Amino acid sequence: MAVKQQPDDAPAKAALWRRPVFRSTVFQVLLVLGVVYVGNALLNNTLYNLEQRGISTGFDFLSNAAGFGIVQTLIDYQETDTFGRTFLVGLVNTILVSVLGIFFATIIGFLMGVARLSKNWLIAKLAMVYIETFRNIPLLLQILFWYFIVLNKLPLPRQSMDLAGVIFLNKRGLSIPSPVFESGFWVVWAAILLAFAIVVFIARWAHLRQERTGEQFHTATVSLAILLALPLLAYFAAGSPLSWEIPALKGFNFKGGFVVIPELAALLLALSVYTAAFIAEAVRSGILAVSHGQTEAAYALGLRPGSTLRLVIIPQALRVIIPQLTSQYLNLAKNSSLATAVGYPDLVAVFAGTTLNQTGQAIEVIAMTMAVYLTISLSISLFMNWYNKKKQLVER
Amino acid sequence: MINQNSSLPDLPAPITNVGVIGWLRSNLFSSLSNTLLTLLAIYIIYLVIVPTVNWVFLDSDWVGESRDACTSGGACWVFIAARFNLFMYGFYPESGYWRINLAFAILVLLLVMLNIRQVPRKGWLAAFTLTGYPVIAFYLFSGGLFGLETVETSRWGGLSLTLVLSGVGIVASLPIGIVLALGRNSQMPIVKSASIVFIEFWRGVPLITVLFMSSVMLPLFLPEGTSFDKLLRAMIGIVLFESAYMAEVVRGGLAAIPRGQYEAAKALGLNYWKSMALIILPQALKLVIPGIVNTFIALFKDTTLVLIIGLFDLLTTVEAGFKDVHWLGYALEGYVFAALVYWIFCFSMSRYSQNLERKLHTGHAR
Repeated sequence: MAVKQQPDDAPAKAALWRRPVFRSTVFQVLLVLGVVYVGNALLNNTLYNLEQRGISTGFDFLSNAAGFGIVQTLIDYQETDTFGRTFLVGLVNTILVSVLGIFFATIIGFLMGVARLSKNWLIAKLAMVYIETFRNIPLLLQILFWYFIVLNKLPLPRQSMDLAGVIFLNKRGLSIPSPVFESGFWVVWAAILLAFAIVVFIARWAHLRQERTGEQFHTATVSLAILLALPLLAYFAAGSPLSWEIPALKGFNFKGGFVVIPELAALLLALSVYTAAFIAEAVRSGILAVSHGQTEAAYALGLRPGSTLRLVIIPQALRVIIPQLTSQYLNLAKNSSLATAVGYPDLVAVFAGTTLNQTGQAIEVIAMTMAVYLTISLSISLFMNWYNKKKQLVER
Repeated sequence: MINQNSSLPDLPAPITNVGVIGWLRSNLFSSLSNTLLTLLAIYIIYLVIVPTVNWVFLDSDWVGESRDACTSGGACWVFIAARFNLFMYGFYPESGYWRINLAFAILVLLLVMLNIRQVPRKGWLAAFTLTGYPVIAFYLFSGGLFGLETVETSRWGGLSLTLVLSGVGIVASLPIGIVLALGRNSQMPIVKSASIVFIEFWRGVPLITVLFMSSVMLPLFLPEGTSFDKLLRAMIGIVLFESAYMAEVVRGGLAAIPRGQYEAAKALGLNYWKSMALIILPQALKLVIPGIVNTFIALFKDTTLVLIIGLFDLLTTVEAGFKDVHWLGYALEGYVFAALVYWIFCFSMSRYSQNLERKLHTGHAR
């Protein structure tokens, strides 16, 4: 690892082994040789060991029948399906819990971050207690706590708590009505798409007009009206093509509707609450990083408090918040792998757990699992970098 | 008639603006929405505090030998007291508890000395803590020397195992992290890209898959006949994982050193390693001590994951404790106790790191 030097700086008569270029080349060649040697040794050992233990290599096992059931599947899955299918089921479940977790953690985190800075002493202290409590307790412990203590206290299906007779909460999970789309529903989808297109158009037009004439337009109100009215109109025009499947008690459990299984609920609660505590700290530091002079300058320009917050404070705070937010999202996606502790069928539980135990093909399974997480991590960070760049202060 | 030479004495501030009432008015009841929020907060606190205090203190049982002592319906702290040794030392033989205690007593002594300003030769002390001490602690734990009874690692457990795992993780990952950080800043393309690939790989995967890998795949990678015990395999996984994070922390410190320092070192004729070891790293590492402490906190919490590969750390022993037939049904007490222990460690370390950050924030940045 030589220090950068221009070649013509080097004394002309330096011995060969004293020249930076020579040294760095030798060093790097040695490094490559070392890596190749170690890699080769590992490969040989592994192949030999696998042969000794009679484990076949390759990805053929992915097309073998899995033969075990999975509690929650978003895509069709039967026991007769292949290990390849279990991989997909696990992957979809991991993505589900990560996306939902990011959604809830962001909301709770922003609320808590703002509450932490509240002028109300009691609210600020409550937020502080929340942050300091959940940040400093291991996530695994929190997941186990929610699952084995809190959700375990829920009543049996026969004594479910219900809300208006359509939503039921019990030990087996939260049953909510699921929508059943009938044949004419495409009209409503089309209306929703159209409404979005119109809103985008209006926003652009309003922005251009404000640039040109300085006149403002009530974009938010109008957009909201269009977004609500158009799909509703289409819905009634098409003859209400939507019905709800309401969960009902059959035997010992609820059938029908959409069920949030307790494993998912516990994992989601723990992930959101834990990550939100970190996001709250990021939000707090972001807001504190905007100097008070900015607020005063905005007031001096005649902006109202709401506009000041929206146009001056938040854009600047976001520049500090977003990098930290990215790493918290990454952590959440990776931490979702703790699902295996409570048996939520995520990628690690069904693939690196059950599938690995059944097939014994440790290397392929672990490599595929790691590759998935690497891809998720890299895509989140690429997306956030892009967003970060967009929000970055454009300096003159 | 007004006396021109003296002004009237100041009137005291209105009673509504000072003292307790003034504080309450400005902090809790300054407006209608604020008042509503305050009332809401008081209600939430009431909802949480009353049952908690009842369960933890008023209705709880503290003394006794077995679950028969727990009759009042609240928390059964008897369980924690009866199983305390299990939670602290795992299945370590009782006659050897003093060895673990001694090892941690030495550590505490070293750490305290490191934080007293008057103690001379801090550098040597720190070096001893990072190199000599782990060797002493290892022999105290495992025995085999000076007539100490040998204790296999499978009998280590409880809080002491948690501390061993996180301690080894941090001490071993620091030098690897430093090398990786230097590699990532290097001008040599192969060294640089190798470091980047290594760092980003370990940072991109969850620790649990790393632990799976080290417990399932490591035996396959090594020549036949070499076998590691479970604890060592977990440690290798943790160290690999942690060194990537450590590398990024150290890199942050390297980036904060002004260019002039590098140039001055070069101007003095120091070669690369000398300029790093004598000029750059001492400054950079000092800057990143809070970052290292934060990494340590994260690692300390992450060690709970060894539960999944079946090592008996604090959380696992607590679980084993309440799954014991004599103590079934006291899971909540177990979890609360474990949470409290983790919380005390993490919270005090994070306060310490904030403190350091404030102390170290002295004119390094230009």
